[in-house]
Amino acid sequence: MLTSIKEHWFSNIRGDIMAGIVVALALIPEAIAFSIIAGVDPMVGLYASFCIAVIIAFVGGRPGMISAATGAMALLMVPLVRDHGVNYLLAATILTGVLQIIFGIFKVAKIMKFIPRAVMIGFVNALAILIFMAQVPHFVGISTMTYIFVAVTLAIVYIIPRFFKAIPAPLIALVVLTATAIFSGFDLRTVGDLGAIQRTLPSFFLPDVPFTFETLQIIFPYALALTIVGLLESLLTASIVDDMTGTEGDKNKEARGQGIANFITGFFGGMASCAMIGQSVINVKSGGRGRLSSLVAGVFLMFLIIVLGNVVVQIPMAVLVGIMIMVSIGTFDWSSFKYMKNAPKTDVVVMLATVIIVVATHDLSKGVFAGVVLSALFFVAKVSTIKIETKVENNLTRFHVKGPLFFASVDGFVKHFDFSRQNEKIIIDFTDTQIWDDSAVGAIDKVMIKLAENQNDVTIHGLNPASQRLIDKLAIHNDPNAKLSAH
Amino acid sequence: MYQHIILAADGSDHSIRATEEAIKLVKGTKTVVEIVYVSDFSKSKDEVLHAEGQEALDVKRRKKLLPIEEALDAQGIDYRLKLLRGEPGPAIVEYANDSQADLVIVGSRGLNSLQEMMLGSVSHKIVKRVDCPVLLVK
Repeated sequence: MLTSIKEHWFSNIRGDIMAGIVVALALIPEAIAFSIIAGVDPMVGLYASFCIAVIIAFVGGRPGMISAATGAMALLMVPLVRDHGVNYLLAATILTGVLQIIFGIFKVAKIMKFIPRAVMIGFVNALAILIFMAQVPHFVGISTMTYIFVAVTLAIVYIIPRFFKAIPAPLIALVVLTATAIFSGFDLRTVGDLGAIQRTLPSFFLPDVPFTFETLQIIFPYALALTIVGLLESLLTASIVDDMTGTEGDKNKEARGQGIANFITGFFGGMASCAMIGQSVINVKSGGRGRLSSLVAGVFLMFLIIVLGNVVVQIPMAVLVGIMIMVSIGTFDWSSFKYMKNAPKTDVVVMLATVIIVVATHDLSKGVFAGVVLSALFFVAKVSTIKIETKVENNLTRFHVKGPLFFASVDGFVKHFDFSRQNEKIIIDFTDTQIWDDSAVGAIDKVMIKLAENQNDVTIHGLNPASQRLIDKLAIHNDPNAKLSAH
Repeated sequence: MYQHIILAADGSDHSIRATEEAIKLVKGTKTVVEIVYVSDFSKSKDEVLHAEGQEALDVKRRKKLLPIEEALDAQGIDYRLKLLRGEPGPAIVEYANDSQADLVIVGSRGLNSLQEMMLGSVSHKIVKRVDCPVLLVK
């Protein structure tokens, strides 16, 4: 226990502190921008990022992973905030925490394994598209200067890292362009136009909502969507950190930890959050491995807001838009195009369906749900098709059965045989199949008996031991008096 | 005779040509070739997203090195595999210097030539910063 605390917290102090600072700097623009997407004050995202990062440092299951306010979660909240206000969002955040803790206790990480990768690819692509679309109203058709600032931001964030990597490029863009905007007096919309920044630590309060069944009815669907999307992105991020570090985190502990963090954050005025792929990659690349980096990121973020709050409100929206365009480009899975060429057509359909449904409904959880159902249907369709090759050699007909034989595939199996055959020698070869259940045995009986009725000489070939046992136990076709009605 | 040869490999054509040069150098000696593969931080997200799971991903990476292993096996050369994680250039440099390799063999270009054009090539970083001699195979 003590050695694991030491390893998780203090085995990489220098790397964790450095990486934590880099992450805090990179978090500021994102936390503000995601608050704006959700339609709340920037403080809701900043408080969330502070609380979540600090709490996850203690209760998370994947050291080295960074959690804070995210685009995926912000996008889900938009209608709730618009129709009912921020207090309902905080209540939904608390409920999300409760649901995630329950999911964690019931070992949800195992279920997440069943989400096909086509759905996950669709998920990140849809997320990228939505983040981009959310920026459009903040820069299209406002002013020429807005376009220029967006373009310059993009130039800075893509060109500078090639020469200089110590400070995150988005922060350089933020500082340089905010200063330019302040001193030049260009007419640009700023963060201050969309909300206020309080330079205080978050404090405990109960969300101002009536504690009624009606409130629960309003927030529950949102909390459920937030729960699923939050866990989905968190567990995907955890797998990426696992791969980057060559270590394995505890996925169920992470699910519980996300729940605890959201539960507490809701009482401190923060919005529901989850793990962030981009920030976690930045953290590991900058040398962060332990729990300390997440703690440092959260604390340093809060420190910067308290010190620099009055500068933050003067950040031009155009700069945030530029940074968010970079985030959406980074989120998009660019190998999808190769995937669409090479992957099975059904996978491609599932991926595209996930993207289209999310973009149409603006709800990531609906896309994921539809994608999972669709790929389950494709899966059943695929395993229930059975292939039978017919070969005629001299006076011998050989049927070679390929694919698993079970309740969903027996129809195709029986229909394949032409029962008007007479006086033939027939071999049915089961080498490349498996007999799974009673329906399969029944189907084989049916075929054997019907063929035998017309004086065909039918033999079965190549059953594997498990299939043979099932046949020996249940089949009746070897009984000369067998009638189909016995089944 | 070299004691510790590192063959930096990513499964690209250039790394297979580098293997052929490694074979010429060590054939008939008892030198063990260490094949070093770097799992690239910046590709991790893509690779995890497109893999069925960590096990499938590990096998996928291992498969990239199969032609190299086969070539060494065919000549009866002893080799070890080493998987590093990080940015390919710096990771190989650090490992080569820490493990006191006395020769690093690397192909002049890797799998992703477009990315290398923008970020500088792995082989260039290795040549510049590794302490021991480097054999750059065109």
